[in-house]
Amino acid sequence: MKARRNGKLNIHVQGWLLALPAIVLLATFTHIPAIKTIIDSLFATPRGTKPPPFVGLVQYQSMIADPIFWRALENNLLYALITVPLAIGFALAMALWVNGRIRGRAAVRLAFFTPTILPMVAAANIWLFFYTQDYGLLNQIGRALGFASVNWLGSPSTALPALMAVTVWKEAGFFMIFFLAALQQVPPDLYEAARMENAGRWQVFRRITWPLVMPTTLFVGINALINAFRVVDQVIAMTGGGPDNATTLLLFYIYQVAFSFWDIGYAAAISTVLLVCLAAVALAQFFLVDRKVHYR
Amino acid sequence: MKQPLSLSTLAAWAFALIWALPLLYALWAAFHPSAYATHFDPTSPLTLHNFVRAWEAAPFARYFLNTIMLVLGIMAAQFVICTLAAFGLARWKFYGADLLFALILIQLMVTPDVLILENYRTLQEMNLIDTLTGVGIPYVASAFGIFLLRQAFKTIPKELDDAARMEGASTLQTIWRVYLPLARPIYVAYGLVSVSYHWNNFLWPLIVTNSVETRPLTVGLQVFASVDQGVDWSVICAAALMTSAPLMIAFLVFQRAFIQSFLRAGIR
Repeated sequence: MKARRNGKLNIHVQGWLLALPAIVLLATFTHIPAIKTIIDSLFATPRGTKPPPFVGLVQYQSMIADPIFWRALENNLLYALITVPLAIGFALAMALWVNGRIRGRAAVRLAFFTPTILPMVAAANIWLFFYTQDYGLLNQIGRALGFASVNWLGSPSTALPALMAVTVWKEAGFFMIFFLAALQQVPPDLYEAARMENAGRWQVFRRITWPLVMPTTLFVGINALINAFRVVDQVIAMTGGGPDNATTLLLFYIYQVAFSFWDIGYAAAISTVLLVCLAAVALAQFFLVDRKVHYR
Repeated sequence: MKQPLSLSTLAAWAFALIWALPLLYALWAAFHPSAYATHFDPTSPLTLHNFVRAWEAAPFARYFLNTIMLVLGIMAAQFVICTLAAFGLARWKFYGADLLFALILIQLMVTPDVLILENYRTLQEMNLIDTLTGVGIPYVASAFGIFLLRQAFKTIPKELDDAARMEGASTLQTIWRVYLPLARPIYVAYGLVSVSYHWNNFLWPLIVTNSVETRPLTVGLQVFASVDQGVDWSVICAAALMTSAPLMIAFLVFQRAFIQSFLRAGIR
């Protein structure tokens, strides 16, 4: 009896001991920094060795008055609003094509999926060349069709959409594989039944495919949304936030304020906003998705 | 039986071509002399000169070494740390296990790249700025890895565990002899995902490293491309392709394993 109880106690100690390295590292690099970010946003940026004075919500007041912050937030929301549905739509279309019995399926799948494997920085440099004014491929094609040459990354109206294209190009193939897996789970007799009823293609998609891949769509959507708030590589590699802050996104602005201007208090305040955005996504997932997805 | 050519097939091909265009363009530029970079003359000569020039213009050999050490180091450390935590969480209902697991999962949302500011200051205090350890350490305890392995361990029958214990195996021995071999496919999947993630990771290494000895390929490529090369696109394309080549080739050879792994790892 006593030995048994010892063994049980042992489990509690052993469980914590096994998790200890992970707990220490996670606390050091996730939980404590997340809390410190919020605390630091209430202080001025430290100058010299003196501890910085407490300033309350002053950082947030200057944030509200900072047009670049609003620009970054607006750009980021636009980025999410446009790239997430586009990437999902393309991914689903790709999956439907690759899942069907078309000729050259392997090659088509390869073309869709390969961008996913590339490092974003490499992809960004390739697209820089693709977008080059005058002699880049995009402008060459445009000129052949009779359009004037466009400075895609140099003008404020096209720079952000140009970056979005790179994101969609890279993400769609990745999301495709999740839809492919979902499509392969659809019982074939459902399609069989639809054929007996002489259902049209669109009807089959609306009534069978779309509802059955819904959980995947939500899963992919949440991931795409989180990614949209963490976009930064292509901004650094392609535009540096320009022209005129047209491509400044939240994480890029944090990077700039923290590591170019060394304004730590202000960077902490913007980081807090980003944390709040991510928390909102997490809550949405918890309340919306988890309820809808688990009808299986 | 293959279907006859349909409109849908043609659309798929057109789409695939558009999707492949940027890469094909980069391949064209990289394998032809600079003069032909934007001239599509099928008779233009093939060359490897651009790769040679890129290789000589920047210490790419060192960058490759750094990246390889980094991704393998991170993977090994993740395997050890996540296995230990995942085992306890999968098999024992110890005090606070549920709360602990919930706290771990926070990292799925609040990823290290959102906390660059504070993590940089932590590294400063630890004297780890500009070291490979510093680049890797925030990622070592990965919520994703713990979650994935915990799921895998839960599917392993408890009887096997008990049998090993009867023979007098300790906890660590049981993990090593029973759980590791049975969860092998999950380790392969997690390993592939981890390696490709950290091979491509950019922001954090950009912030933490500032010397050739520690810079991984992605940062090296960016430094190389942004220091004005007189904008020789052929050389930049060659460098971009070169830095992605090992992963791309591995992907082409083990396509199925890669796709399976991303799927296994993605369903969470």
